[in-house]
Amino acid sequence: MKHIKTISKSSLNITNGKGCGECQTSCQSACKTSCTVANQKCENNDK
Amino acid sequence: MFHKYLFKDKHIVLDINSGAVHVIDKIVFDILDIYEGDNKNEVFSVLSNEYSKDEISEAISELDYLKSQGLLFSDDVYISNKAKDPVVKAICLHVAHDCNMNCKYCFGSQGSFEGIRELMSLDTGIAAIDFLIKNSGKRRNLEVDFFGGEPLMNFDVIKEIVSYGRKVEMNNNKKIRFTITTNGILLDDEKINYINDNMENVILSIDGRLEVNDKMRRTWNDKGTYELIINNYEKFINKRNDGLYYIRGTFTKENLDFSEDVKHLINKGFKNVSIEPVVVKDHEDYAIKIEHLDAILNEYEKLSDLYINNAKNNQMFDFFHFNIDLEQGPCVFKRISGCGAGTEYMAVAPNGDLYPCHQFVGNNGLKIGSVYDVDYSNELYDIFNNAHIYNKEKCRTCWAKFYCSGGCHANAYHMNGNMLEPYEIGCEMEKKRIECAIGIKAVLSK
Ligand code: SF4
Ligand code: SF4
Repeated sequence: MKHIKTISKSSLNITNGKGCGECQTSCQSACKTSCTVANQKCENNDK
Repeated sequence: MFHKYLFKDKHIVLDINSGAVHVIDKIVFDILDIYEGDNKNEVFSVLSNEYSKDEISEAISELDYLKSQGLLFSDDVYISNKAKDPVVKAICLHVAHDCNMNCKYCFGSQGSFEGIRELMSLDTGIAAIDFLIKNSGKRRNLEVDFFGGEPLMNFDVIKEIVSYGRKVEMNNNKKIRFTITTNGILLDDEKINYINDNMENVILSIDGRLEVNDKMRRTWNDKGTYELIINNYEKFINKRNDGLYYIRGTFTKENLDFSEDVKHLINKGFKNVSIEPVVVKDHEDYAIKIEHLDAILNEYEKLSDLYINNAKNNQMFDFFHFNIDLEQGPCVFKRISGCGAGTEYMAVAPNGDLYPCHQFVGNNGLKIGSVYDVDYSNELYDIFNNAHIYNKEKCRTCWAKFYCSGGCHANAYHMNGNMLEPYEIGCEMEKKRIECAIGIKAVLSK
C-alpha cells in the first residue's frame, strides 16, 4: 500500500470465552497508582 | 471507533476495537476527518480542492481494504459482563504500617494509613498466604507484594513469609512471585542479596534529582533522603544482574519538568524508570491541577524524544508507561476488567484485614473481610467486578479504553467520590502516554 503502513494488526487477542487469568495483576508493578493494562504480557502459552 | 493523531512527523491511526495501528500519510489523515467507510462522495466534494480525484480514490481504496480485513472501522464486539470466577490471585501485604521516612505526599499517612503504627506478625503473614492459596482456584501464577509503610522495617517476617510461601506453593502446584517496594533506607548488603535472590520485581522509590527528591521525601527530623539512598540503589542494581526492578518516583507541581528527573536517573545508570503523578486534592500546595496539564503533556513529548534518541544510539532505557506491547499484550478480558482491585487483587493490613487494594487500606466502609475468616466471601465483589470500562460512562466512548482499562478505581473514588467516574487529569495524562508509547513504536519501526 502506498498511503498506509500497518505496524500492528489486531492486537486485541480474543481468547475463547474468558481470559485464562494467568497474567499479572496490573497494579503489582511500577505504577501502583495509575493503571495501564496494555503494557502487560499475556502469559497464556497455548494460544 | 478510531483515533488519529500526529506524533513527531508521523500520522497515526489506531483502530480501537481491533487494536490495529497504522501509520498513514497526510491525505489519508485528512480523509479520515470525513470518511466513515461508506461516504466517498462526501470526501470527494470536501477535499477536491486539495487533492486530485485519483489520489483520493487510491487512498480510499486502501482504507476500504483495511476495513475488509477488520483493521479499521471494526465493530466493538466485546461487550460482556460475565462474572469471572471469584478467585484471588494477588495480594499486597502491608507488612509494616510504619515508616522511617516522612514523605509529604504519602497516601499512607506516613506509613500508618490513618491507623496505628504496627508491624504484621508472622502468623498473619502465614494466614495471608494460606488465604491466597485457598482462594486462588485453578490459577497457578500468584503474586505477593511486600508493601508498607516501609516493608524492610519488618524484614525478618518477610523472610519467614517467603520461606513459608516456597513450601506451600510446591504442595499446591502454584508459583508465587514475590515483589517488594522499598524507600531504600535500610537496603544493606544482606537485604540486597536476599532481595536479589528472592524477589522477582523490586520497586525502588526516589523522585529524581536531589533537590526534587529532598523537597518531598524527608526524614522524620526533616532532612533530605537522597544522599541516604542513592548509593544503596546503585549498589543494588549492580548486583541485580538481569532481575527486574523499577526506580519509581512521583512528580508533583514542584517538578513539572519531570523529564529532567527521568534523565537524571538514567544518567545514574538506572535502566527501568517509572515516574507517576501525585494524586491529591487541589488544596495541597503540591497538587497537580488542570492548569498544569499542558506542561505535563509536553514533558511526555520530551521523554519520547529522549527515548527515541537513546534507542537509536542503542542506549535503551525503559519508561514504564512506554512499554506497550502491540503484539503480545493482554487479552481483551483483561483489558475490559482492568487492575483487578477488589476482585482478584487485595491488600492485607497488618492485622489481617482485607481491602480492595493498597489505596483503600484503612477505609472501613470498603473492608472486605480478614485473612482469618473461615467463611470468606467478598461482598464487594460485584461492585468491583462491575467497575469496568463498559460501565464507566466516560470510558465507554473513550478511544483509550482498551489500553488504559478504565483507570484507577482508587483515584476515581478519592478524587470524585465515585469509582465509576475516572479522574480527569489522570485520563489526559494516560491518553498522552499511550499516544507517545505507540508513536515511539511507529517512529522506531523499520
Ligand atoms: S483514559 Fe479515562 S476515560 Fe479513557 S478509558 Fe482511561 S479512565 Fe476511562
Ligand atoms: S484501584 Fe488503582 S491503586 Fe488500586 S490496584 Fe487498581 S489501579 Fe492500583
